[in-house]
Amino acid sequence: MMLATMLAVSVLTFLLLEVNGDSVVVKVLGPYSTDEQRALWLTANGYDEPAFLRYFTWLGDVLQGDFGDSIRYRAPVADVLWPRLTNTAILAGVVFAIMVPLSIAAGVLAGMNEGGATDRIISTFSILTTSIPEFASAVFLSFVFVLSLGWFPATSTMTGGFQPIQLVMPAMVLVLFGFGYVARMMRASMAEVMQSNYIRTAVLRGLPFHRVILRHGLRNALIAPFTVIVLQINWLLSGVIVVEFFFAYRGFGALLLEASLTQDIKLLQACAMVSVVVAVATQAIADIGYGFLNPRVRFT
Amino acid sequence: MSEASAPPPPDTRRLILPKVLSSPVAVIGGGIVGFWCLVALLAPVIAPYSPVQQLTPFQQPGATDATGNFFWLGTDHLGRDLLSRIVWGARRVLFFSIAATASAYAVGVSMGLVAGYLRGWIDDVVSTIANIVLSFPVLVLYVVLISVFGASGSNIVLAVTLASAPGIMRIVRGIVLDLRNRDYVASAQIRGESALYIMFVEILPNATTLLIVDACLRLGYVTITIGVLGFLGLGLPPPEPDWGGMVNETRAMATFAPHLTLFPCLAISSLVLGLNLLADGLRETELKD
Repeated sequence: MMLATMLAVSVLTFLLLEVNGDSVVVKVLGPYSTDEQRALWLTANGYDEPAFLRYFTWLGDVLQGDFGDSIRYRAPVADVLWPRLTNTAILAGVVFAIMVPLSIAAGVLAGMNEGGATDRIISTFSILTTSIPEFASAVFLSFVFVLSLGWFPATSTMTGGFQPIQLVMPAMVLVLFGFGYVARMMRASMAEVMQSNYIRTAVLRGLPFHRVILRHGLRNALIAPFTVIVLQINWLLSGVIVVEFFFAYRGFGALLLEASLTQDIKLLQACAMVSVVVAVATQAIADIGYGFLNPRVRFT
Repeated sequence: MSEASAPPPPDTRRLILPKVLSSPVAVIGGGIVGFWCLVALLAPVIAPYSPVQQLTPFQQPGATDATGNFFWLGTDHLGRDLLSRIVWGARRVLFFSIAATASAYAVGVSMGLVAGYLRGWIDDVVSTIANIVLSFPVLVLYVVLISVFGASGSNIVLAVTLASAPGIMRIVRGIVLDLRNRDYVASAQIRGESALYIMFVEILPNATTLLIVDACLRLGYVTITIGVLGFLGLGLPPPEPDWGGMVNETRAMATFAPHLTLFPCLAISSLVLGLNLLADGLRETELKD
């Protein structure tokens, strides 16, 4: 199923971006090229063959790790892509390491006492942060921490080698946007668990409250949000486009946008494929992990 | 979705307003959304200047220039009045978010009804297509679609429809699967009503309350999307204002003119917050019933 989806997506990407050879050649050679030049280029690059043959050639190359050449960088796409992916992986790792514990803790605190003051504050805060688009929170946070306080650098170009302080702003924006969603899921799940009979039993048995929460509540409450948390990787692929563009971080998202704005077909194709592979893989991890955590679904 | 086969509510439209009023959260959200709708509708009356008229560049909020023009929110790098741009931007942003959401709903609801009611191979085909589209990270899909079709208002509507309809289809399909075995559907079938009649007249009205909550949330997402696309330079074409594009054009000047980016960001954030609060309030009153 997973493989079928990826194949279907690869067909879709190919259809969208490359089926029309005439538009590709204009993008490669520019709008001022002559018809003759275009015809020569099309023949030289195999565009005279039927589309489905070209698709299989392209797919075969991709499977061997050959994404073709980037027009803009005048280099193999793979050489451009991997360093960018590493940069994004670093950013995503930092975001996850902060966001997941923070939003779980907030969700548990809110869900433990549904309707209480803590719950209201956390719920209001999370609906606020999910409502602010990433570029807007980037503007707000930059205004406070970069322009007014001057604590962090305004951009994250990493030109002078890797500087962790430049990761703070992009990570903060992404954590803020993702936090609300995970916290709300965690809160709903925790609130549901708190109403269950086994929690009541544990409380009535006279166990200390923190023990009830940690041993009995948390373990069961984590099952449902697990999927949401894993699927945040998928969401992060969208988020990094905005944040990397805003802070000029040289990552995968900025590369994808650049490929789109400069009409760099091969690069855009590769980026789209990579993000879909990541997305489908996370979906699979979410499904498998869910079955592992919740034995009930394994039999259905 | 309760399992009990409740009788269909007589008229959903009449029931929505008291529901909004019974939840303070929904009232606040509805108020913010209503405010922006009014601003959008009355843009020609409210805006002091034309949104593209070039007056004096880089005026601070509350400044008056040499010729006596007053600027509530200042002017941008081309001397355009920021308040006028935000007001006209509200009209453009709301118009395209509503158009795109409505178009996505038209497609998604029809697909969901057909898939859920008719089942069989149509369901398989529709669901497979939906799964494929939904496996794309959403912004990646938008960037690819816009770079293929080009950035324009109608293409944004098209891209949002393509990207959101599958999600709507899944929700509608789920509701239909739940409703299709109800007695009133069976009685309509026995009466010999056509499948089209049953889908749109018997089943769809019973799904509206759930769909209205989803529509508020989705309208918020679409507003964010249009803002983000504008910010990335893939949105509605200039020089007419859209909030995301305004941020993109002026963010390099944030060090000496931060108001140019702050105000459009406040505008879009408050609109989305209003929509989310409205959806939240509606869902809570929904759960109480």
